[in-house]
Amino acid sequence: MDWMIVKRVFVGGGKNFVRGGAVSAATVLVMTVTLAIIGSLIFLSALLSFTLDTVKDKVDISVYFVTTATEPAILAVKDQLEKLPEVDTVTYMSAADALTAFRGRHANDQLTLQSLDLLGYNPLDASLTVRAKDPSKYEVIVNFLDASPALSTSGTSIIDRINYDANNKQAIDRLSLAITATRQIGLAVIILFVIASILIAFATIRLAIYTSKEEIAVMKLVGASNAYVQAPFVVEGIITGLIAAVLVLFFFWPATWYVGLKTAAWFGGFNLGQYYVSHFALIFVILMLSGILLGGVASIFAIRKYLKV
Amino acid sequence: MIYFDRVSKRYGKALALEGVTLSVAPKEFVSIVGHSGAGKTTLLKLLLAEERPTEGTIFFESVDVNDLPTQALHHYRRKIGTVFQDFRLIPNKTAYENIAFAMEATGRTDSEIASDVPYILELVNLADKATHFPDQLSGGEKQRIAIGRAIINQPDLIVADEPTGNLDPINTYEVVEILKKINELGTTIVITTHNKGVVDAIGKRVVTMDAGKVVRDDEGGKYSL
Repeated sequence: MDWMIVKRVFVGGGKNFVRGGAVSAATVLVMTVTLAIIGSLIFLSALLSFTLDTVKDKVDISVYFVTTATEPAILAVKDQLEKLPEVDTVTYMSAADALTAFRGRHANDQLTLQSLDLLGYNPLDASLTVRAKDPSKYEVIVNFLDASPALSTSGTSIIDRINYDANNKQAIDRLSLAITATRQIGLAVIILFVIASILIAFATIRLAIYTSKEEIAVMKLVGASNAYVQAPFVVEGIITGLIAAVLVLFFFWPATWYVGLKTAAWFGGFNLGQYYVSHFALIFVILMLSGILLGGVASIFAIRKYLKV
Repeated sequence: MIYFDRVSKRYGKALALEGVTLSVAPKEFVSIVGHSGAGKTTLLKLLLAEERPTEGTIFFESVDVNDLPTQALHHYRRKIGTVFQDFRLIPNKTAYENIAFAMEATGRTDSEIASDVPYILELVNLADKATHFPDQLSGGEKQRIAIGRAIINQPDLIVADEPTGNLDPINTYEVVEILKKINELGTTIVITTHNKGVVDAIGKRVVTMDAGKVVRDDEGGKYSL
């Protein structure tokens, strides 16, 4: 590589940018808006994921066991469930733990507690709380439990009941559908906005280079190669993208801090400001790369048309 | 040095050049004259390979210009210095940088640029305007910078399209004198012009064009239409 040419290209690109004045400033402004939209879409995506995950986490099914089921038998079922690819977590609650939890929940309900004492034994079943990786997979898990012969001892199933009846199934299916649809629509909206932003940035850089088309023709006529004419414009585009990315990263600090206070209250603890701080490296890389790629690639495409001299 | 062999050029149905045959020897100073639309600028554009002929062949130093691939055009153009009526300086570069750009484009070193550009600025009498941008220069000064840019790489040929078209008489005189001096130093020059005074002041070969054809070719000629 000829470092003299590389140096000239970078110096030329830098000078073009500085001397571009209002055109450079306008391009940076539009690119800043574009990158701010891309950055905002990252936040929107995170907020959407957080909200959907929160909703998804509220869905589970409980498998209740007969009172005669032994703890090793129940834990064997737990082991089998945990091996299923559809299963996220399985939590075991013994009959004794269930009773303690029940007493805790009804600590202020003396009548219920007295009735329980009168029984003289623990009427509650041990249970497994199963959480699927995807709400649409509960039916698979229930089918597995129904079909598995290993779950029976002495010819009798140790499972008393599963709270996955028709109503429950319908509610879970609807929720699953809603989550999938929201994700897909969210993704489509994000892609749409990203494409629109990129097109706006392309059009702006194209306009900026259009103002230099005579200059490009002259460069060609004095004997400059296409690459030598093109390279400083690409550098200028990259400088524009980098400055815009830095401006957006800077602007996001107060913006996410301010909005974060509200999102934490509205979206069950999701603080945008904290998300920005904890994911700063990722957002930094995405915005910097977007700025470099947008500025550089848009310049390459925009100038090609004027190189045909 | 230059040979146009039965060259025609069409733009759609319009015939800009029709069967032009013309040769220019090394160190000649040729003025191409003619009314607007006679085909003068088209002739120069074909020579610079800005356009390709519809028919015929153009040779420059025995090389068929039509055969040059697009990727090699910049090497060809480095042999030709170009001056335009509207100067066509790069607006965001200083006078110094405009001249230096032609050297940078050919891969000349920084030290060569640092030694040659001030010399050329002295030659066109604009050493004191080195840091001025084009919009800070007068028309005559811009054209002298453009001439400086055209000669900085010591080309074999200088092509000037109406170089005095936007200049007042004093600047026209200065530009003609510079071009004559460059020619005396051995560079071939082809200019197009409307200006009778310029042609008469040069007093060299005059090629007259009309409706895309060469209608007169006078050695040591005068302007006559």
